[in-house]
Order: sequence, then structure tokens, then C-alpha cells
Amino acid sequence: MNFTATLAQTKPKLGCLADNLAQIEERIRLAVAAKSDLVIFPELALTGYFLKDLVPEVALQLDSPEIQRLTELSRSISIAVGFVEMTNDYRFYNSALYLEDGAIRHLHRKVYLPTYGLFDEQRYMARGERFRAFDTKFGRMGMLICEDMWHLSASYILAMDGAATLICLSSSPSRGVEGESLGSAAAWQQLTATTAMFLNCRVLYCNRVGYEDGVNFWGGSEYIAPSGQSLARAELLQEDAVTVLIEEGALRRERIFSPMLRDENLFVTMRELRRIERERGQ
Amino acid sequence: MAGLAINTDLLHRILVGFVTDEVHKVGVNKAVLGLSGGIDSALVAFIAAEALGPENVHAICMPYKSSNPESEAHARLVAEACGINFSVVAITPMVDAYFDLFPDAGNMRRGNKMARERMTILFDHSALLSALVLGTSNKTELLLGYGTLYGDMASALNPIGDLYKSHVWQLSEAMGVPAEVISKQPSADLWAGQTDEQELGFSYRQVDELLYRMVDQRLTREELIIAGFKADFIDSVYSKVQNSHFKRRLPVIAKVSNRTIDRDFRYSRDWGK
Repeated sequence: MNFTATLAQTKPKLGCLADNLAQIEERIRLAVAAKSDLVIFPELALTGYFLKDLVPEVALQLDSPEIQRLTELSRSISIAVGFVEMTNDYRFYNSALYLEDGAIRHLHRKVYLPTYGLFDEQRYMARGERFRAFDTKFGRMGMLICEDMWHLSASYILAMDGAATLICLSSSPSRGVEGESLGSAAAWQQLTATTAMFLNCRVLYCNRVGYEDGVNFWGGSEYIAPSGQSLARAELLQEDAVTVLIEEGALRRERIFSPMLRDENLFVTMRELRRIERERGQ
Repeated sequence: MAGLAINTDLLHRILVGFVTDEVHKVGVNKAVLGLSGGIDSALVAFIAAEALGPENVHAICMPYKSSNPESEAHARLVAEACGINFSVVAITPMVDAYFDLFPDAGNMRRGNKMARERMTILFDHSALLSALVLGTSNKTELLLGYGTLYGDMASALNPIGDLYKSHVWQLSEAMGVPAEVISKQPSADLWAGQTDEQELGFSYRQVDELLYRMVDQRLTREELIIAGFKADFIDSVYSKVQNSHFKRRLPVIAKVSNRTIDRDFRYSRDWGK
């Protein structure tokens, strides 16, 4: 079915849950007013990114009032949002929730925590261990958090698990000012378009903006059709929101024209991966 | 060299946004900076004027009696060109009062003292005006350690600390910094006739080419030699970077507890902002 999605390109305040929740609620209100069916927020939209030792202070359990409040709001619009999750055994995850009709439809815990260059996530957070597609009112989807998408296997697994829509929540910092366009933006645009094209999936990419200790996040949230074509892109480097119509017909047509996903041979892939696993174990 | 050519539009936007965002988020709307008449502080003045509005930027020129009079004239020219507030606070009385006690002090001690005298004036004006002090050290200087610790290296925010001198030239041109400021020989202006390149023993262009490959691209020594750099140039620049590293770090704290500041007590400075 056709649906509309809003990419809410926010600017979280570092470590300020209440302010960020208020900001998110306001964006939800606007998206509802715009008659959007789904609103997507960036990675760690509730907390900001360079949390370091703040991680335990801003972490939420799934039954916290903040998550309950957002879950309640999902009665009027579906919501994908990033936050720090604390489990009962005191692990902290960089997590994303998909909320719909007043319920948690899916929880994704970031699997690939970048810990290199300017990133230090694995020092502070626990690693998720699964990629699972899930059913929504708008078809089967998969969620990825930023670095997850740089691992081909992550998107591949979700597509093989039946996701036709990949939602990627991101906090991607700007770097590389040598070329025509921003280096990190160009790399991401290539990645999202290629992923969509390889897997005949649509990609909804939501990236944040704002500065934290001199590091800025470039925004440029984007909707990529299953053809790999970018159909809508939010502003670079400033707060924005774009609402896009997602056409079921485009998915159907692309899958007829380029049936790569249909022809993907899971049997061959699995056999070869098992062989590699076996050989590596020797 | 491809890597040293930059997209000035993009850089301009990021740096203006940086000053606006990082100043406003601490709850003030003003900035203060030292304007020397040189290109680095001129560029920061232009960035700040655009980010905060020229009426919210205060530039202070702080000459010593041996400073080249052209420096103050250029500082004034820059302030007029970008419309910011401008004042002059001469440091001669304070510096001379001190060195009357130590008449044998050489150029380095005198230069450092002047840089630190200027720092105290800027931070005093920070309190006076409720303004953040903007730093004007570029990446080339910071990597080479060509600056005075707690002097010109001290600031609250530095918009150009990740820009090599070669980038500073390009962005200054793109932003309309007066041509005479861009084209003159870089100088710390600590004594008559001093130029950076003479003192350093190489040109900024040469060292930027090397630093870009060594630091940003992480080429090995062997790769740098193959790329055409002389071994002794590589080694001397490498040791300058290494030996000045203390200037780029907070003072070392002796660890005795479980949570030592900056080692296992880690928060962003923008904590709660």
C-alpha cells in the first residue's frame, strides 16, 4: 500500500532527555498535522551522540515513562526513534524502536558499534546480536542504525527476511571538504542508493544535524526508491523535515524490471558462508 | 596537491555554523578575539562576524612597542571590512614592567610573555563582555607547536584549528579578507623583521604538503620519501609534532582514584548543551 513518511531531521541536545523528548513530540505533532503515516527520527534522537560517560544517565528501560509516552503517541502515527536502552541486567544499547498503534512493534539494537577514528561506541555500549525484519501496517520493514548499514550483510539479511523498506537511523558526522560535495555525505548517498538498487528495497535514511564539541552532523536525510533513485533529500547541515509519498507501485515495478532479489540464491550463499565459517575455524 | 584544495563554500558554511551553534548553546551571543593584522585572526573575524552579527564580535588589537605599525593598520582594516567592534590595548606597559625585573630575558621568553599578556586581556574581556574567546591557531601551527601554550593557543572555541595554512589562504580569499592581509608574509611580529617561514626554516606550502600526507593520509616514512620529501625534512617535522604534543593536551594528572578527569571521567564539553 502507499504511505507517507516524514524524515524528521532533528538537532538533539546532548544528554538532555526532557528537551529532546519535547522536540520529538513537537515533530510528531507536525507530522500528524501533515497527515504522515510514519515519522522517522535519527539515531540517539532522545539523547544526542557523543554521550561518553553520560550513557548510563540517559539510558531508558522499555517501560520508562518516556518510551510509554512515545508508544502512546504511536496511536496516531507510526514512529521510528533512536535512544539508549538499558536492560534489566544493566547493559546499555544504542537502540531503535518502531512504535505503531500504541505498541512496540520492533526493537533493534545496533550491532556494529564503530570504535575507530572519532567514534568510541563500543567503549560505552553493548553490541546487538540480531537483524530481524518485522511486519508493520505498511509492509515488512527492517531497521538499521548508522554503521550497521556499512555492513553489506546487515541489509542483505533484512532483505532476505522479507523487508521491502529499510529504515536507517543515523548520526553521521561531517568530514571531508576537499571535493564537490561533503565527503561523508557523498559516501552515504552512494551507499544508500547502491543498497536500494542491489536489494530492490526502498531506503528511508534519517540523519541528524547540529554540533557536539565541534563535530557537526550533516543531515541530508533521504528517501531512495527501490530503483536506487533519490526521490527526496532534506537540507544539508540544518534542521529540516521532508514528507514523502512512498508508492507501492514503484516497488512492484522495480521488482518486475530487476528481479535480482527474486533470483538471489540463499542456498548457495548459506553453503558458501558455512564453508568459510568452517575453514576459518580450522 | 588535491587534498589541500578545499571546497570553500562547504567549509565556510560548516565554520560559520560552528561559531553560531557553539557560542549560542552556552547561553551567550558574543565573541571576542585578538586581531593581530595577520591572516588567521582576520579569517576568524570574518567567520565570527557572519556567525554572530558584526555588532556581537569584539576584536582587540594588542601591540607591543616593537610591533610593526603595519600590523595595527591591517587589524583596523580587517575590523572595518567586516564591521566588527575594534579596540586597541597596548601591552607595552605590562610587559616592560615585568622585564624590568628580568632585563636579560631573550626573545623567546619575551615573545611568550607577550602572547600570555594578550591572553589575559582577551579572557578579561570575555568576562567584561560575556563573550567567548575565539582561538586563531591553525592546524599547521598547532601540529608544529608553533604557538605559546596558554598564550595564543588559549581559547574557548577555535574555528580554524583543523585548517592548514593553505586552507586558511583559500578560505580567506573566498570570504573577502582584504588582499594585503592575505598576501603578506606570515609573521608572529614578536620582533622587527621576524617571519614565520624564516624562523621555521621551511615554507607553509611545503610543510602543509608534508603534514597533510603524514597526518591526514597516514603515509609511512618510506611512502613520503617516494612521494618526493627529503628524509631530514620528514624527520624534523615529525619530531616537531612529537615534541610539541604536550601543548595540545591538558596537563597530565597523576592517577590515584577510579575516575580520573579525562581518563575514566569522560564527558563531552557540550554536556547538557
